[in-house]
Amino acid sequence: MHDIHTIDPVTRIEGHAKITLHLGDDGEVADARFHVTEFRGFEEFCKGRPVAEMPGLTARTCGICPVSHLIAASKAGDAIYAVTPPPAAIRQRRLLNLGQILQSHSLSFFHLSAPDLLLGMDHDPATRNVFGLMQAEPEIARRGIRLRQFGQEVIAAVAGQRIHGSLVVPGGVARQFTTEMRDRIVADLDEMMGAATATLELLVSVEDRFERELHSFGEFDSIYVGHCLPDGTWEHIDGKLRIMAADGSMLVDQLDPHDYREVFGEAGKTDSYLKSPYYRPYVDGDDPRPGMYRVGPLARINLAERFGTPVADEGLAAFRERYGRIARSSFLYHHARVLEVIACVERIAALMEDPVLFEEKVRSQAGINALRGVGASEAPRGTLIHDYEVDGNGLITAMNLIIATGQNDLAVNRTILDIAREFVDGPQLTDGMLNRIEAGVRAYDPCLSCSTHAVGQMPMAVSLIAPDGETLAEVRRD
Amino acid sequence: MSPRNGRPNVPVTIDGQDVKAFEGESILELARRVGVPIPTLCHLEGLSIHGGCRLCLVDTGDHKLKPACATEVTAELDVTTTNAEIREHRRRIVELLFAEGNHICAFCVSSGSCELQDLATEHHVDHIHYELGYERHDVDASHPKYVLDRDRCVLCTRCVRVCDEVEGAHVWDVAMRGNEARIVAGMDIPWGESSACTWCGKCVVVCPTGALSFKGRATGEMRHDPELVAFLARARDEGEWIDRRAEA
Repeated sequence: MHDIHTIDPVTRIEGHAKITLHLGDDGEVADARFHVTEFRGFEEFCKGRPVAEMPGLTARTCGICPVSHLIAASKAGDAIYAVTPPPAAIRQRRLLNLGQILQSHSLSFFHLSAPDLLLGMDHDPATRNVFGLMQAEPEIARRGIRLRQFGQEVIAAVAGQRIHGSLVVPGGVARQFTTEMRDRIVADLDEMMGAATATLELLVSVEDRFERELHSFGEFDSIYVGHCLPDGTWEHIDGKLRIMAADGSMLVDQLDPHDYREVFGEAGKTDSYLKSPYYRPYVDGDDPRPGMYRVGPLARINLAERFGTPVADEGLAAFRERYGRIARSSFLYHHARVLEVIACVERIAALMEDPVLFEEKVRSQAGINALRGVGASEAPRGTLIHDYEVDGNGLITAMNLIIATGQNDLAVNRTILDIAREFVDGPQLTDGMLNRIEAGVRAYDPCLSCSTHAVGQMPMAVSLIAPDGETLAEVRRD
Repeated sequence: MSPRNGRPNVPVTIDGQDVKAFEGESILELARRVGVPIPTLCHLEGLSIHGGCRLCLVDTGDHKLKPACATEVTAELDVTTTNAEIREHRRRIVELLFAEGNHICAFCVSSGSCELQDLATEHHVDHIHYELGYERHDVDASHPKYVLDRDRCVLCTRCVRVCDEVEGAHVWDVAMRGNEARIVAGMDIPWGESSACTWCGKCVVVCPTGALSFKGRATGEMRHDPELVAFLARARDEGEWIDRRAEA
């Protein structure tokens, strides 16, 4: 194989990336690679710092999902303190994570992906963005902005501020939840429920237009990984991990995240700062690809039997009627995301009625009781694992962060390859093909700042590289 | 500020205002008494004068600026506490403190209760014009109750002085010189191994930054209480805790 196309930078995702498409001698796409080009090094510079500082420090990995890191870091801290946070603290954390998933999904769906879905993949790139959406479909854009605002407002009400609030700490949370906080949230609940269900109706009504994308945007067998309760109810913060095979059979259920190393390996790469976690039992040798698995909204709804809330469950039943019990196409991440938005609104509403949420005792105190702690939760993009080792004084000696986007890396590569094979024809890069490759990546809502613990915005670039290594074409978008 | 007898009778001009100072009063004491703000960092009422941070520099008409905390008033002294030159000096001092340490407010335990942070805000420090040192410092978390993070230490020596002068334990000292200078417990042993430490926590409450904090506190959770020392010193000087019933 020789010819290589490069898409550099990839746009409307969070972080910096480029894509190379390698052509074979027959002119067909032989391989596709997603390169994350930035590095931050949290796992290194956190060494020597106190474990109590980790929620605040690791949350700085990302401005989109700081809450996810706050929670995973605090849970790792809980494990090192060997304490169980009080019930009110666990509920506050749940509320915060629901707000986080809601706002991040709304950002992904409305601000980043809706321009593709509602304006069309071949729409003029100059207006195929959230501003174009505002002009063409102001009511839909407004709905998206309001949903995201509400998610942020939930976070602000509980944690004090929208981004990098300081609420979650090892052992629980820092403050009691008050009726004033509740009042800030409940005022908008009805509007949000209406906005979320209208969004699902809208998505269902346009999905038929994307038959070709549905079958080419990562429609393949893979393992699915995520949190799930033992009875099969959708879970996002507590409980253990479920690992399901492509046919829906259970590979591992209720795996304690503390033992993740037993089943997950991590492959480093020479051409990307993104690590590629894989399912260890399926890998024999250096190639991690047989161990490819998917995390995130699609994986979570494949793993779960039910959301456990009526409106979301109704949507899930209709989804399954249409796409089967196990949805294979990564294009359906969008649909899964919207279903989760509904579930988040319903669960937030239910929590507002829960008297335990308001209890005074919110923090368990302890010293260093274990020298290793693993904390896991569901970030909007999938399972997030923080693994810390500390010395006897509670200073970090080793750290491993397993980020959702990294876990989807092998699947993202495979998706790009599938799309390129479907849409790339010959040595020229066409707009339609580029748009679809980008949209394919966007379906995963990758957050590269988190996944490489890297910095920056996310423009994207694609290169088309010839069999002899010559760059035939290069497209860059900032 | 110890109580003074009599009436102030030394004529001084401070920022154009004619006032009367006590004999032996420092410019800083006078300024605070008459309501003229002068920023400080190392200075703390109730402790001895250190004069190290140079943030309280004022213009007395001399050929160089002088630290208000360590300069006594003299008759007919004309003091300017702030002008463009002084403001620039102070801003640069704050920048140098940031450049010298590893001060990252975003996840600091003392964010929101930090005098360095307040000084940076007050002096409009939004950039550091000096090359950052990125010096490697150790965190000493060996004490069961407290943590010392030398990354955040500005060497104000409040901890050294309060431990020596108020608690009487003298756990802390400054070791080495220049860039190497650092706060050490005992003869440079882990704090938790210091038999002199009484666990009183005065050093922690007077620390102006996140260098000393209560163990287990997360981002923004530390609240210092430096005024505690003035209260203790005043009570000690006035013998508030001595039972005088027997004398009567």
